[in-house]
Formats: sequence, structure tokens, C-alpha cells
Amino acid sequence: MSSAKSSIAVTFQSVSRHYGAVKAVDNVSFEILDGEFFAMLGPSGSGKTTCLRLIAGFEQPTGGSISVHGKSMVGVPPYDRDVNTVFQDYALFPHMTVAENVAYGLMIKKVASADRKRRAEEALEMVALAGFGNRKPSQLSGGQRQRVALARALVNRPSVLLLDEPLGALDLKLREQMQVELKAIQRQVGITFIYVTHDQGEALSMSDRIAVFNQGRIEQMAPPSELYERPQTAFVAGFVGVSNLLNGELATRLTGQPGACSIRPEKIHVEPAGNAVPPRHADRAMSATGMVKSVLYLGAGSRYDVALAGGGDLTVMLQNRDSSYLPNQGESVLLWWNAKDLMRFQG
Amino acid sequence: MRSDRNLAKARLASDRSSAKAGFGLTAAAWFGVLFLNLPILFIILYGFTTDDKSYSFPPPGLTTEWFGVTFARADFWDALWLSVRVALFAMAIAMVLGTCAAAAMYRFKFFGKESVTLLILLPIALPGIVTGISLRSAFALGDVPFTYWTIVLGHATFCIVVVYNNVIARLRRSSPALIEASMDLGANSFQTFRHVILPNLATALLAGGMLAFALSFDEVIVTTFTAGQQRTLPIWMLNELIRPHQRPVTNVAAIIVMAITFLPIIGAYYLTRDTQDVAGSGK
Amino acid sequence: MASLTETTRSSSSLGRLSTYFYTRPSLLLLLLLVPPLLWLGIIYLGSLFSLLLQSFFQLDDFTGQVIMQPTIDNYLRLFSTTNLSIILRTAGMAAIVTVISALIAFPLAYYMARYAGSRMKALFYVAVMLPLWSNYLVRVYAWKLILAKEGAIHWIFNQLGLGGFLDWILSLPVIEGSSLSTSYLGTMITFVYIWLPYMILPVQAALERVPRSLIEASSDLGAKPGETFRKVILPLAIPGVAAGSIFTFSLTLGDYIIPQLIGSSRPFIGQAVYQFQGTSGDIPMAAAFAMVPIAIMAVYLAIAKRLGAFDAL
Repeated sequence: MSSAKSSIAVTFQSVSRHYGAVKAVDNVSFEILDGEFFAMLGPSGSGKTTCLRLIAGFEQPTGGSISVHGKSMVGVPPYDRDVNTVFQDYALFPHMTVAENVAYGLMIKKVASADRKRRAEEALEMVALAGFGNRKPSQLSGGQRQRVALARALVNRPSVLLLDEPLGALDLKLREQMQVELKAIQRQVGITFIYVTHDQGEALSMSDRIAVFNQGRIEQMAPPSELYERPQTAFVAGFVGVSNLLNGELATRLTGQPGACSIRPEKIHVEPAGNAVPPRHADRAMSATGMVKSVLYLGAGSRYDVALAGGGDLTVMLQNRDSSYLPNQGESVLLWWNAKDLMRFQG
Repeated sequence: MRSDRNLAKARLASDRSSAKAGFGLTAAAWFGVLFLNLPILFIILYGFTTDDKSYSFPPPGLTTEWFGVTFARADFWDALWLSVRVALFAMAIAMVLGTCAAAAMYRFKFFGKESVTLLILLPIALPGIVTGISLRSAFALGDVPFTYWTIVLGHATFCIVVVYNNVIARLRRSSPALIEASMDLGANSFQTFRHVILPNLATALLAGGMLAFALSFDEVIVTTFTAGQQRTLPIWMLNELIRPHQRPVTNVAAIIVMAITFLPIIGAYYLTRDTQDVAGSGK
Repeated sequence: MASLTETTRSSSSLGRLSTYFYTRPSLLLLLLLVPPLLWLGIIYLGSLFSLLLQSFFQLDDFTGQVIMQPTIDNYLRLFSTTNLSIILRTAGMAAIVTVISALIAFPLAYYMARYAGSRMKALFYVAVMLPLWSNYLVRVYAWKLILAKEGAIHWIFNQLGLGGFLDWILSLPVIEGSSLSTSYLGTMITFVYIWLPYMILPVQAALERVPRSLIEASSDLGAKPGETFRKVILPLAIPGVAAGSIFTFSLTLGDYIIPQLIGSSRPFIGQAVYQFQGTSGDIPMAAAFAMVPIAIMAVYLAIAKRLGAFDAL
């Protein structure tokens, strides 16, 4: 095995998974690097979970090929793959204790009992559940179950760990805490994490790279900042963060060029009507005038919907700072933004 | 004003299930319960009566001699032994076939699935007499002599659904990802069956088997058509009922039959009780 | 990593067999489905088919042999006055038993679903299930004891000085009998007793499924408890009642033990089937008679399906 190959953990080559006429995954190709925290992001039914299940071996592709660490996975059942999964509903075995759950994979591999016990304990320690080994899964909280599921997968030292919306069932606070912990654990063990989620915030905060799925295809695959700053399609711009989508006549009027593009609400500056664009920005700025239709107070910031003078709307996000100019509903305003913040789409 | 109070009352009733039911409703509910359960006591009472010519109430006197008389009758023991053998065999067949069917129906989607469900349910959905006379007519057409096996054949057929129902209910309640999780962790199909599926199904399987045993042990309608001259315990009892010569003996036999079927049923109830609670709390 | 992968690859023969089936799921389905299908298909469907076949044969009265030539004589014989009255008697009894069962079952199921706490509910559940699973024959026999002329009910009525009232009831047309255990009334009580759990369970399940919020919504919208019951709860319980009635109706149609042991000597469908195949050895006629409950149930199921009974099973 060449070293170049072993640095790639998972390869998809023109992979499709069709259910009759439904194309759950439609001719998808990508590579995931060894040791990467890779997120598959998309709305439900976009094919991201199917991709995960294809890697795990629960489904077989109807076309194309998948390899894990250079090995073709055609006809290889899940139990012969060096890949483990953290399930959305955790799938802890209800008839086993926490320790038995964690040691299950080792037991199947016939690891000696003492060794098995030690490694299970270590894994539980890693997820901060030392001493919970004798409990039954039903005696644990949702967050604790989630950690057991993680320990159960990690204890086998897989080359790739698959996580299927693992934080979906947890409440917001716990979810944020687990995001930090998951990232830390991934750095500690150095295993490739493939993380399926429909929560763009989760994907942005944890991943090295994100693949955005839509209708069985990948729209864009990029590091979080690039995905946010330079979305290549309207779908990505709309799905990752909030975006003002401009096309047709509106795009021409605001940017001077036809062709779809978008601008992030927080990149738009607001001045009282009658003011001009500040001189030091004037040469590379674009502007429009309008009236504030509604104000949505969001705590740290507020969201303004502005009806433009020539028709069309723009959403603007402003920080609620005392020193800033914060317009009221019904006020006329000048909007301006830097031309470089305008995101043009390919094709 | 009045309607306000009613509204408040309705709210109260719907807030807490322990809210008071009206007297009429409570009385009607308890009437139903007593109606269902009191008659059994008469069987026990008449097992101890000194009157063996009629069913006089109250019994003129009480005695335990009928137990001795029953135990001394060889025909009673023969019938009991036949019933136990039939029930055990029917149970074994039903457990294998019922589990197979449940696994297939749970795991797969296929063409004609609804028809298969109907086929499994049919033997208990149609009146027992139809099943009985069908088997009887098939045996007649095929010149099959009545044996132990003809009884087992009939019993196993209607016992399959009991096992099937128990097993598929348990399968539906457990997370479908459990099997995937096991395979994901390196266990092949056989290891998964042994370490995950079987332990999760065990109690449901056992409960289904026990109920199948009880169902077979009690059955009389189909059996009259498939037994020929053989006598299972219920058939023996039926003959005693039609041509009694020691009436209380029938009662003693009835008490024994109840005891034998009571145990597996209570066992089955306890085995599936936990999961019922879990399923119920999810409402 | 690579060497670890090598060692985990299943190499045992069981592992290979497992992989063989895992990659061919339809083979596994076949393996699971074929044994039960063969059993039910050959033994059960085969028997039903033979029943249908037999019903078109005829018994030679002189030789006692079955003549295997198709004829519809048996079916024509079903419409004789005697046989028609047997059919009507049975169907009428099944209808009455179903109505009475529903009337007794509903309050019990309603109480169970709405008012009983978890402990009380478990008690009720056992109280309904125990008789269901107790020996059928024993339970019929219990009523023979209770309903007998010298038995408990007659005794109680006599003790209360109501013996004359009971005799008056027994002297009414249709019911007519010398004691409860030889009258249609006794037959009906026993039928209701035996099949009642089959009515209670689906009704209770249907009521249990009515979400509490629906009742709150109804009272919130101003309905009085009585109105809520009539307009919300009752319509939602109908599928449960319909499901239960399938059992009570079908089971009554096919039973021959209860009318044989308790009631007047006039036969029901089940008894007719039993006697044709037994004493007279006329299996073809018995087969034709057995088609009657099947036909009635087919019609009944079609109606019950419209009422949503199958969703409540």
C-alpha cells in the first residue's frame, strides 16, 4: 500500500444509490483525508445519511465504488469493515450493562477478558463516564447514552468513525458542550470522523471540511470559512448561514451585472437616509436606498428587513451597540456594502 | 354558571387519570369484572361437593374425596398425558414457524406481504369449526388416519399466530439500529443473532411459546375433528359433561386444567409486562 | 491499521456463510418465509380448499361413500326450512350476543382507559385476560353449574322470593325453557360471558388511543362532558367496537359446544356441521354448511372494514 493512498481514508467514485426511481445518492465522488473531521451537511433526504450508511456497509451502492483506506468495499459486510458508527438513537443494547455495551466489539473480536475490561474502562473514562459501567442504558440520561455510544465505537480503534446526527436528541446547552468535547476527543485519538448533520452551526464549529448535500448530490465541499465566505451555489449560500439572494433584474440594478449572487446580512452597512457612503469606501462600495419594514430583536443583534426603493428586499443584521446607528421601523435608510463581499455563483 | 362548572370538571377529569368516574360507570365496570371472574369460583366449589347426582346449590356438604377418585382413574391420566404431548409438540412447531414468519415480516418488504399477514391470522380469524371441518375433510379426501400427529397438525396451525404476534411486537418495539450496531461492531449474522437478537427476543419467544402451549392444551373445537377416537383432556371433559357418571370428577379435572394453563399464562404475562409498561409509557 | 483490518476479516466458515446471506438478502427472506408459508399454505389453505371441493361432492345414501362428481345439491339443501331456520337462529344469536357484549364491554373499557390508575389498570387487564386464557370448556361448564335448575341463580331468585318472576321470564316466547340452562337466555348469557374479553380489549385499545388533548380541546371549545363523549369519544371508539364485534360475531357463528351443553335442543350451525360429519358421516354436506359462516363473515368483514375495524385490531 503506497503512502499516498493511506493518507486518504474514504474514497467515493461516482457512487449512486437509487431506490427505484428515487436517487438518494446520485453519482457522487469525493475523498476524505485520514485524520480529518469531515461533516456531511444537508437537509433531510439530501443523501447524507445514505452516504454514511454506504460507508458503514448497511447499504450497497447501485453504482460506482467505495474504498476505505484503499480497499474496495464492494460486497464487504459491515462486520468486516474497519469502521464504527455512533447511531442517531444510540442503539445501545438494552439487555447489557454499559460496560458490556462498550466491550461488545472487543468480545466479538475475542479480546481476552481482562484486557477487554481495562480497555472498556479507559474508553468510559475518556467520555467522562468512569464508574458507570454497571448501569443499564435505561438508567442513563440522553447525554450519557450518547457518550456510551461514542465509547462503544471508539474502543475498537476504528480507522474511521461515523457519527449519524449524534447530538440531534440533546438539548441546546448539552449539544454545545458535546461539540467542544467531540472535537477534543477527535484531536486526542486522531481518527477520521465523518459527521452527518442538518445543523449548519454544528458543522461549521467542528469540521475541518464540510460537504453540503442537496438532492443526492454534493453542492460544495470546502473548509467552513470558505463555505461561508465563498459559497459556490445559491443553495449553499442559503443553507449555510442567512443570505440575501440576488438575481435577475434586482441583481443587475444593485451590482451592475446580471447573474445570481448573494450578500450576507452582516456585511451590509446602514446609514441614515441622506448620508453618503463614507468616502474611504466609496470607490469599491455598492449602495441602495430603502425603508425599514420590520425590526426583529435578537439579543446580541437585530435583524432588519429593508424594502428597497426600486423594489425587492434586503435583510440586514446589526450588532446592538450603543455607538452604532440603529434605525427604527419605518425609517428611510442608505444601505452599502463592499463589492468584495458580494458572493458570485459559478454557472 | 352550570356549564362553567362542568367545564372545570371536564378539565379536572382530563388532567388526571385518577379523577373520579361517575358511580354508574364504576358500577358497570365492576359488574363486568365480576361477571368475567366469579363463575370460575363455582368450578372450584363444585369440586368439593358431596352431591354427585345434580348441580344443587348451595352444596349439601363438602368433601375432598373426588380428588382421590379422579387421580385413580386411568382414563383421566391418559387424556392428560396426550394433551401435554400434543401441546408441547404444537408449541415447538409454532415457535419455529412463528419466529421465522415474524423475522421475515419485520425485516423485509416484499410483494404480497399483506396476504401473508392474512394467511397467518386466518386460522384464528375464521371460526374454529371451519378450521376443524377443513382439516377433517382434507384427512377424509387423503385417507389420512387419525393419529397423534393429526391433532398436532391442527394445533400447530392456529398456534403459529400467537408466537408470531408476540415476537413481531417485540421486534417492532426494539430499535432497528440494534442489529446494525452489532454488525457495525464486528459481529456477523450468527453472532448478532446469539448476542443481540436472541436475548432481546427471549422473553417474547418464551411468552409466545407458553401461550401457544396453553392454547393447545385448552383446545376442544378443532380437536374434535382431528382426534378421531383419541381423547385429549378437553375432549375427555366434554364427554364427561355430556354423559356424566361422577359429576364432581369433571370439576376436579377442570381445576387441574385451570392450574396447568394458569401457570404458563401468568408466566407469559410477567415476561412481557416490562416491555408493555415501556410501550405504554410512550403514549 | 491495515494489519488490524486483515485480522478482523471474518474467516470462519460461519462468517463466510453469514457474508453469503448478508450480500443476498432475498435468499435470507426466502429461507425465513418458506417454512411458515409451506405449512400454512399446504396444511391450512389446502384444507380450506379441500373443504370447498368436498362441498360440491355428494354422499351416496346407500353405500355411504362420497361420490366425487360436482353438484350443487348440498347448497340447495341449505335452503330447506330446517336448515334455513338453523342459519337464522345462529345469525340472530350472534347478533344479539354482539350487541350485549358491546353494552357490557364499553363501560368497562371506558373506565379502564380513562379513569383507572396504572395499578388499577393492571388489575383490570389481568381480570380481562385471565378468563380469556382460562380453559374454554371449563368456563362453559361453570355456567352449566350456575344456570342449572338446582343451581345458584335459580336459588338466589327463590331466596329473594323472585322465583315466580324468573319463571315468568322463562315462559316468554322465544326464551322458553324449563330452566335457564335449557333456554336461549342461558345460551346467550354463556356466549356473552365467553366472548366478552374479545370485545373489551379492542374497545379499550381504541379508547386508549384517543389523545387526552383531544378531550381537552373539545371541552376547551365549550363542549359539555356529555357532548364530548358523544361527539368525540364515541366516534373514535367505533372502530374498536367494530373490531371486537368481528370476534364476538364470528366466534358465536362457529361455536357448537355452548348450544350443545346449554340451551334448548334446537341446533345451531356448528352443531349441524358436527352432526353431519360425525353421526351421519356426510362430510360433503358438513362442508357446505361450514361455508355459511364463512360467507356471513365475508360480508361482515367487508362492513367492519368500512367502519375502520382493521385499524383498531
